Amino acid sequence: MSGGTEVYAAQAADGFSASGAAGAVLQVAAVVAGAPLVIGWMRQVRARLEGRAGAGWLQPWRDLRKLFAKQDVIPRGTTRVFTTAPLVLAATSLLIAAIVPVVTTASPLDEMGDLFAVVGLLLVGTVALTLAGLDTGTAFGGMGASREVTIAALVEPTILVAGLALSVPAGSSNLGAIVESAVADPGAVATPAAALAFIALIVVVLAETGRLPVDNPSTHLELTMVHEAMVLEYTGARLALVEWASAIRLTVLLALLANLFVPWGIADAGSGVAGLLVGLVAVAAKVCVLATLLAAGEVFLAKLRLFRVPELLAGSFLIGLLAVTASYFLPSPS
Amino acid sequence: MGLVASIRRLGRIAEPAPPTTWAGAAPPDQASKHPEAGGGAEALPAALRGSLQLRHVDAGSCNGCEIEIGACFSPVYDAERYGARLVASPRHADGLLVTGVVTRNMTDALRDTVAATPEPRVVIAVGDCARDCGEFAGAYGVVGAVRDVVPVDAEVPGCPPPPDAIIQVLRQVTGR
Repeated sequence: MSGGTEVYAAQAADGFSASGAAGAVLQVAAVVAGAPLVIGWMRQVRARLEGRAGAGWLQPWRDLRKLFAKQDVIPRGTTRVFTTAPLVLAATSLLIAAIVPVVTTASPLDEMGDLFAVVGLLLVGTVALTLAGLDTGTAFGGMGASREVTIAALVEPTILVAGLALSVPAGSSNLGAIVESAVADPGAVATPAAALAFIALIVVVLAETGRLPVDNPSTHLELTMVHEAMVLEYTGARLALVEWASAIRLTVLLALLANLFVPWGIADAGSGVAGLLVGLVAVAAKVCVLATLLAAGEVFLAKLRLFRVPELLAGSFLIGLLAVTASYFLPSPS
Repeated sequence: MGLVASIRRLGRIAEPAPPTTWAGAAPPDQASKHPEAGGGAEALPAALRGSLQLRHVDAGSCNGCEIEIGACFSPVYDAERYGARLVASPRHADGLLVTGVVTRNMTDALRDTVAATPEPRVVIAVGDCARDCGEFAGAYGVVGAVRDVVPVDAEVPGCPPPPDAIIQVLRQVTGR
């Protein structure tokens, strides 16, 4: 952003910069505060398109505030798995928010956490919640867990493969490096490989975060639930943590999707305060646009029959695989 | 595309929010409180201001009240704008909308559902049957009104109650 390429080169060598550390703190704070607003905004967009007035984009924050003040009921017969799963889910979500390039590409954790670590962390959170669903011993908990694992098993390879296709031009699986190379060479984004990877990633983000057409986040019908079915027994603060963490995952994945393909505005290791603020505004605008498109698109979609979901995800995996092939055989024109 | 055209043609369907009838000092008749639950909106838990998640329990209703509850969340009445939302589990709920007389088969289920709802909670008896058994008073399968089985915080009269009356009570809880 601001002039400081020499500084950047020197700091990138040892992998730590004050700007990067400040950016990481800023992006975690922004994601924590902004994730419920993204959900609220999406519900508001949907409400307007349905002709309703809507509860307002602050409603998820009101819900969370109320949930933290409510009684925490722990069902008889559940074990520590049930009580700790929301903490594991929230912790992994926060860690992903710190690693992924949201506001800055120079997060100090970025060195440790590449694409594979992020996919692994996503899976740790998912598995914690599925175990909690099984731990309740209810019919719906087990059913939701089995469905979630089926979807996760198809989603995680697709994220890896699509990410691999994007990492080929950058020569690194580090997410910060991929975004930086896209900033340096915008032409690399406009390749067939990147277009295919984009389509594959959109599908897996929808599946991973439980949006239509894979899962309906506002359903009341237990038989069609996936994510909701696992958390039916949670109350109070634990329910708030689960909902908050789900919102954080959606927000971070949308921000990652935006930054991988439209990286402009993101701060790097040489950015000052102004650069970080520009990065924050840029990512907020990008996530806002993507969330609006997603919510508007959902109005036109019905939920897929459960047995058709693997077909959709297998299709997105195939597109991801084609993206990898294309990234080797159809190199960018540069 | 047909859907885009109808979205543009219909625009906003939700009617403007009606004035609150409970804003004055005296609580309204149509949200009359059960004497044991205390009087007025002050007795409703303050923690539920702004956000009220509801679980609907059919204790033995004729489904007339269900249609009116469904209408509350339709685009015309849009109860969601006042912070109320229907959820799938009593564990997620702050309020229970109980409709119909309490039948023998639903007595334990109703008690369990209330016990599964975390505090602070409100139980709202919707419709004449839920208040005083209505048409079905004295029938052989009927245990009684909702307040005979579980403590009730608010009641909505009517057979069936109009959506505005239900929404007035919901707004009284959320304060919006």
